[in-house]
Amino acid sequence: MQCFTCPFCGPRDETEFFYGGEAGKERPEPSAEVTAERWAEWLYGETNSKGPSREIWLHLTCGEFFLMERHTVTHEVFATRATRGEEA
Amino acid sequence: MAGNYSAFRLLREGLRGHSGWQPAWRDSEPKDSYQVVIIGGGGHGLATAYYLARNHGIRRVAVLEKGWIGGGNTGRNTTAIRSNYFYPESVALYDFALRLYEGLSRELNYNVMFSQRGIVVVAHSEAEMEMAARVVNAMQINNTDAELLTREQVLEKVPLLNQGKDARFEIYGGIWQGRAGTARHDAVAWGYARAASALGVDIVQNCEVTGFLVENGRCVGVETSRGTIRAEVTGMAVAGHSGVLASMAGFRLPIRSFALQAMVSEPVKPCLDTVLLYMGTGTYLSQSDKGELVIGGGLDRVLSYGQRGNPPMQEQVISGLLEMVPAFGQLKLLRQWAGIVDVVPDSSPIIGPSPLPGLFMNGGWGTGGFKAIPAGGWLFAHLLATGEHHEISRPFDLERFRTGRLIDEAAGSAIPH
Ligand SMILES: Cc1cc2nc3c(=O)[nH]c(=O)nc-3n(C[C@H](O)[C@H](O)[C@H](O)COP(=O)(O)OP(=O)(O)OC[C@H]3O[C@@H](n4cnc5c(N)ncnc54)[C@H](O)[C@@H]3O)c2cc1C
Ligand SMILES: [Zn+2]
Repeated sequence: MQCFTCPFCGPRDETEFFYGGEAGKERPEPSAEVTAERWAEWLYGETNSKGPSREIWLHLTCGEFFLMERHTVTHEVFATRATRGEEA
Repeated sequence: MAGNYSAFRLLREGLRGHSGWQPAWRDSEPKDSYQVVIIGGGGHGLATAYYLARNHGIRRVAVLEKGWIGGGNTGRNTTAIRSNYFYPESVALYDFALRLYEGLSRELNYNVMFSQRGIVVVAHSEAEMEMAARVVNAMQINNTDAELLTREQVLEKVPLLNQGKDARFEIYGGIWQGRAGTARHDAVAWGYARAASALGVDIVQNCEVTGFLVENGRCVGVETSRGTIRAEVTGMAVAGHSGVLASMAGFRLPIRSFALQAMVSEPVKPCLDTVLLYMGTGTYLSQSDKGELVIGGGLDRVLSYGQRGNPPMQEQVISGLLEMVPAFGQLKLLRQWAGIVDVVPDSSPIIGPSPLPGLFMNGGWGTGGFKAIPAGGWLFAHLLATGEHHEISRPFDLERFRTGRLIDEAAGSAIPH
């Protein structure tokens, strides 16, 4: 069992969390000018990094999104913090 | 070098104390250049090399494997082979693979132990039976074998199922595909390796690709842990590591890597002669020739390259198993392991040119690409040899994510593996 620390609730079991996606993705705007390529890249493009990774997670229990930095091979968690008021 | 395998040869070697067997394939040193370099010595990479030589006469081919051949998902999977998919594109692909599997031992002169014991998918309610009927109809329209089973027919095939009054998942009926089955996973890798090697293909192990050689915007080879290797055409079939290779080549893919686990029980007397899947639990199993129950289920929740798997999914799979057949609660688990699978949003594979000219990809098989190995190899070889899609692989091009023409099997057939 992996343990993740919700910035609002503290350490909880992995089963309480849901993966929201890679951090740092910016939705392309304005939509009228967005090509199919750019849209597809935003929607589906994944770095899927092996090693350190910055991710958005949802704590299902409290309903808050937050940022998690972790290692995708060792599963070490480096940091979790609230995204509010910050850039993801 | 290895000679033909036959009953006569086995008898002769038996009389000579088995001293005359040769290695089944050549473990090659890498050369400086090839016509085609294939990255990844799993089933798909090895089958691709074989069909390049067999179907297209291209023999200056190398398969580069960072570890040992078949050490990735090909040697870690639960070996269910079936073509009970929903969309015509998928059935065309997976049924082509199933047909090739039916003749594979003979084709490769290597016993892949393909056993067409059929698969039962159990439905638990009237609503699920309607979904089952929908899949069966689609399969029949798409020209593959499928039948709807009543409760009695399900129980006739698997009498051990939980029929208790307190059963969480009632047996309402099911789907049957009789041509489905299992095969020996290592034999599929080794059989293709042996047949490819006999046609002149170099199989290079302990050779990790660390970068791409790009000239004038085109991929002209690879950098490896064993030196630079030039290639006119490069293909990658690296499953869970697709994203790692894509990063080296400078593009991103619609692929996420997850650990998928499996486990086997201690061996017991024959008690299950089909592949069994419950819609309700997502747990599926079959019994190996050695008597072990081979058990699998869904993906871990957390994206990972750690090839081991986490307890929450084990717990879910095992509790599913005990719900299906309570008697199995007496069995001990022998081994548990995981492979890193390449999951695509529409649960369909990606075969086609990559965004880097000269580099092609075969991947995104996720939880279910063992059954597709012969077709994946055949179609990828066609693409690498001609630069053009075979008609069966065209719908699986990366382009579908731009056009939006996804082949959503997760929603369509709702069956993993
Ligand atoms: C637990 C489990 C159960 C499964 N059950 C089933 C099932 O019942 N039925 C089914 O059809 N499918 C199943 N699958 C899926 C199936 O195993 C895979 O889809 C299939 O084996 C993929 O084959 P492949 O050749 O693409 O990948 P792999 O066999 O993983 O081969 C890829 C190879 O690429 C190599 N590689 C990676 N990076 C590099 C590099 N940089 N340089 C050189 N080499 C590299 C790897 O070492 C690896 O050997 C299961 C998978 C798992 C993990
Ligand atoms: Zn919380």
